[in-house]
Amino acid sequence: MDQKGFRRGSFHSATSDEDMLEIAGASMDFSMADDDPPLDREMGGFSSYNGGGMNGTSAMMDFLEEPLPGVGTYEDFNTIDWVREKSRDRDRHREITNRSKESTWALLHSVSDAFSGWLLMLLIGLLAGSLAGLIDISAHWMTDLKEGVCLAGFWFNHEHCCWKSNTTFTDRDKCPEWKSWSQLILGHGEGAFAYILNYLMYVIWALMFSLLAVLLVKGFAPYACGSGIPEIKTILSGFIIRGYLGKWTLVIKTITLVLAVSSGLSLGKEGPLVHVACCCGNILCHLFTKYRKNEAKRREVLSAAAAAGVSVAFGAPIGGVLFSLEEVSYYFPLKTLWRSFFAALVAAFTLRSINPFGNSRLVLFYVEFHMPWHLLELVPFILLGIFGGLWGAFFIRSNIAWCRRRKTTRLGKYPVLEVIVVTAITAILAFPNEYTRMSTSELISELFNDCGILDSSKLCEYVNDFNSTKGDDLPDRAAGPGVYTAMWQLALALIMKVFITIFTFGMKVPSGLFIPSMAVGAIAGRLLGVAVEQLAFYHHDWAIFSGWCSPGADCITPGLYAMVGAAACLGGVTRMTVSLVVIMFELTGGLEYIVPLMAAAMTSKWVADAIGREGIYDAHIRLNGYPFLEAKEEFSHKTRAMDVMRPRKSDPPLTVITQDTMTVEDVETIVTSTTYSGYPVVVSRSSQRLVGFVLRRDLIISIENARKKQDGIVSTSIICFTDYSPPLPPSSPSVLKLRSILDLSPFTVTDETPMEIVVDIFRKLGLRQCLVTHNGKLLGIITKKDVLKHIAQMANQDPDSILFN
Amino acid sequence: ILFPQASRMFAPSSRNSVSPVLLLVLLGCVLCPPAQASKSSEDIRCKCICPPYRNISGHIYNKNVSQKDCNCLHVVEPMPVPGNDVEAYCLLCECKYEERSTTTIKVIIIIYLSVVGALLLYMAFLVLVDPLIRKPDPYTQPLHNEEDSEDTHSLAAVPTLAGARANTVLERVEGAQQRWKRQVQEQRKTVFDRHKMLS
Repeated sequence: MDQKGFRRGSFHSATSDEDMLEIAGASMDFSMADDDPPLDREMGGFSSYNGGGMNGTSAMMDFLEEPLPGVGTYEDFNTIDWVREKSRDRDRHREITNRSKESTWALLHSVSDAFSGWLLMLLIGLLAGSLAGLIDISAHWMTDLKEGVCLAGFWFNHEHCCWKSNTTFTDRDKCPEWKSWSQLILGHGEGAFAYILNYLMYVIWALMFSLLAVLLVKGFAPYACGSGIPEIKTILSGFIIRGYLGKWTLVIKTITLVLAVSSGLSLGKEGPLVHVACCCGNILCHLFTKYRKNEAKRREVLSAAAAAGVSVAFGAPIGGVLFSLEEVSYYFPLKTLWRSFFAALVAAFTLRSINPFGNSRLVLFYVEFHMPWHLLELVPFILLGIFGGLWGAFFIRSNIAWCRRRKTTRLGKYPVLEVIVVTAITAILAFPNEYTRMSTSELISELFNDCGILDSSKLCEYVNDFNSTKGDDLPDRAAGPGVYTAMWQLALALIMKVFITIFTFGMKVPSGLFIPSMAVGAIAGRLLGVAVEQLAFYHHDWAIFSGWCSPGADCITPGLYAMVGAAACLGGVTRMTVSLVVIMFELTGGLEYIVPLMAAAMTSKWVADAIGREGIYDAHIRLNGYPFLEAKEEFSHKTRAMDVMRPRKSDPPLTVITQDTMTVEDVETIVTSTTYSGYPVVVSRSSQRLVGFVLRRDLIISIENARKKQDGIVSTSIICFTDYSPPLPPSSPSVLKLRSILDLSPFTVTDETPMEIVVDIFRKLGLRQCLVTHNGKLLGIITKKDVLKHIAQMANQDPDSILFN
Repeated sequence: ILFPQASRMFAPSSRNSVSPVLLLVLLGCVLCPPAQASKSSEDIRCKCICPPYRNISGHIYNKNVSQKDCNCLHVVEPMPVPGNDVEAYCLLCECKYEERSTTTIKVIIIIYLSVVGALLLYMAFLVLVDPLIRKPDPYTQPLHNEEDSEDTHSLAAVPTLAGARANTVLERVEGAQQRWKRQVQEQRKTVFDRHKMLS
C-alpha cells in the first residue's frame, strides 16, 4: 500500500503533526511556543542511549531506544494518559536527582529544575496581571467612547477627562473637556435632536465594536469565542484541544473581549479572563522543558493560571484559588494549592501597580461600608437566595435550549448576523434607560453603594432632614421622587437583563457570565432592600421592627441587599459555594457579612439543585459532548464490567496484536482497518494472555520511522514486543523490536468487577482505557468513552451525545 | 521502568535556560515604564466633597497635596464657615486621596489601538491582497471540497510543498503562514460549521 496514503489516513487533525515529522531533520522551527505536539528537537542522530537499561547489544540495532519525535504525544481531541505522564515525570525527577550527585553543573541543574515551577508561576502572574490591566483600561475607555470623547486627550475616559477640572457639587459628571457626540457635532447637548443624535451614535458604535469583534474571532481564532470555562474544565480533566490555549487565541481573545464588553452587550469579562490566564500559562510552559513535555505537569500549571485569572478579575486571590479548586480543576494536588496562591498574588499585585481604576482598587465595585445587620433581615436574604436559585435554574434551561437550537438549526449558520442583531436589540433597548446605558460594572458599583450625604445619584434622593443629621451616619429616610423613578427604571432593567443574557451567552464573541448574573441579583436585591427600608420607616411601630429599628436609626442598608442578591444569583447559575462566599467577602473587605452571604448562597444552591442538577458550565459540557467524567456524582447502579466492555457478545472478537508472530504488514492492516486508539498485546491468539498495551499513534510513528530509517525492514518483517528476538530462519528479514513503546503495566479488572469500582478507578487514576480479563485471559476493553456512554445511558440521557473519543 | 525512553525526557538543553531569562528581562522592560512613571504633579490630588450646610451650597475642592495632608483643614481653602463652625463643617466633608498615571493610560490605549489596527490591516491583506498575489494552488481546492469527516484528509499536496527546501527566510515564513491558515480553517470548521465545540 502506498506509504504516503497510509500515513495520511492515520492522523486526525490538521495540526502540523505531519509536517513537523516531515521536516524534523531540517532546522525548521518557527515558534517555540507552538501549539503543536512537543517534539524532541535534539533528535538528530541515532546514538543508542542505554538509559533505559535495555540490552545495548548492537546485534539488533535497536533504533527505538530513544524516543522518536511524536512518540508519547497525543492526537488532537484525545484524552491523555495521566498514569503514563505522572510516571514519566517521576522518572525524570529521579534521573535528575541521581545525576545531581555527579557534578556541580548537574547539581545546579537539579536546583534550577526545582525552582522552575516557581519562576513559571511568577511569570504567569506578571503576564496575567498586565493583560488584565490592559483589558480593564481599554474597556473602560471604549465604553465611554460610545457616549462622547475627551478633548484634552482622546485616550481619557469620562472620569479621567474630568479629573483636573473643577466640577460643581450638583453636576459632578459634567466638565467642559468632555464632549458628548451631539455636543461635538451639533455644538449643543440639549434638545430632542441632540438626544436622537446621541442615541444614534451609541447604537452605531455598539454595532461597530461587536462587528469588529466577531470578524476578528471568525477570521483569526475561532476558538476565542464563548466563555472558555467549560472547555478549560475539560482540558484540565485530560482532554487535548490543540490551539485552544495558543498565541493567536490569546491575542484575539484579549482584543475582542474589550470590544465585546464595550459594545454594551450583556456579558462580562471574568470567564474569558480565566481563558486568557490559562493561555498565558500554556504559552509560558513552553519555556520550560519540564512542563512542555509533560501533559500532566502542564495541567497543574493551568490550574494555577486559572486561579490567577479569577484573582485579577475580582481582586480576590484566595477566592481565585478556591474557584480553581472547586470549579475548574480536576486533580488538585496540595503542591498546586500553594503555587496557585503565589500566582494569584503576583497577578493581583501586578494589576494593583498598573492601577487601572485610579484608586488602588482592583475591581470597580469594591464595597467599603461596614454597617451591622440584624437577624430578622435573614428572612429577606433567604428570599433573595430563593430568587437566585429560581433565576439560575431558569437561565440554565433557557440558555441551553437556545444554544442547542443554535447548534442544530439554521440559526447557527449566520454567526455574524446573529451578533449584529443581538447587539442592535441590546443597544436600542438599553439607551433610553440610564441604568442599562451605563456599563454593567458601573451599575453594580452604584447598586452596592450605600447612600451617604455626598451621593447625588437618583437612587440616593431621599427626603433629607438636615436638622437631625450627625456626621455621615444617615438614618432611614422616606424615599424621595428620585428613588421612585429609579425603582421602576431598575425593574425594567431587571426584566431586560434577565431575557437578553439568555441570548447573549454563547454567542461567537468572548462572553462571560459572572457580571450579568451579579447585575440581575444586585438589581433584585436593591429593590428588595429599598422596599424593606421604606417598610421599616413607615411602619416602625410594628412588632418586628420596633425592637431594633427605632426612628432615626440607620438599620437597613439596601447596598447590602444588593450584594447578597448578587451572590445568590451567581451561586444559582454556577453552583459555586465556598469560592463564591470567599470572593464576595474579599470584595467587601470584612467578615461581617459572611452569614448573610452564606445563607443566600446555600439557599440558592439548594433551590437550584432541586430544579436541575447541573451548573451552567457542566450543562455546556454536556451540550457539546465533551468527554468529561464528572467527579462529584456518585455512580449508583449495579452493573458490572462485563456489561460495559467491548466487544459485546454480538461483536467480532477483540482486535489484538500478538507479541512476536505478526508481520509489519499485518499490523499495518489492523491499524488502517480499525480506528481504535490502542491495541492489547497478547502472548498468542490461542492463550490470550496479556503482555501489555500499545497505542495506535506510537505504533504508526514507529513503523513509519523504521521503514524509512532502519535497514532491512520490509512488509514481511516480524514485529516483536519481547525482550529477546524470536528464533527465525536465517533468510528472514530483520526483526523490528517495538518493546520500547509497549506499556507493560496496563490496568485490568475482572469481568465481575462492579461498575461503581470501575468508574471510581477511571476517575481517581485518570485512565483512558482499562482491560477486562476473565480467569486470567483477556476478554475485552473498557474505554473512557464507554464509561461516559454508560453513565449517560443509566441517567436516561442520549448516549450518542458523547462525541469525542 | 515502564517506558525506557522516558528517562531521556529531561535532555539538558541550555537553549531553554536562556529563554526564560530573556523573557523576564523583556517583561521587566515592558512593565518598568508604567510602574516607574514619574508622578507628574497633575496625577495626584486630594478631593474633598462638602455637602450643603445651612445656607452654603455644596462644593468640591481639589488640591495637589500629599497623602498625609489630605484632610479638610488643608484642602478646603477659602473656608466658607467662621472659625467655631469649622469642625462641624469638616465632619460632613469627605476627603479622598487619589492618584493616577496618565502615561500608563496613554501607553496602553495606544498599544491597544495599534494592535487592533494591525490586525485589521492583516485581515484586509488576507482577504483582498493575498488571493491576488498567490498563485492558485492545487491544494486549496481539495480543502474547500473536504468532506465533513475527521478521518479523511486531503493534505496530499501539503508535504510536497512544505517539505521542499524551506531554507530561505521568506519560504519559512510562507510555510508557517500556510500552516497557520490551515489551523484556523480547521478551527473554523469545528466551531462554526460542524458546531462540534463551543456550542
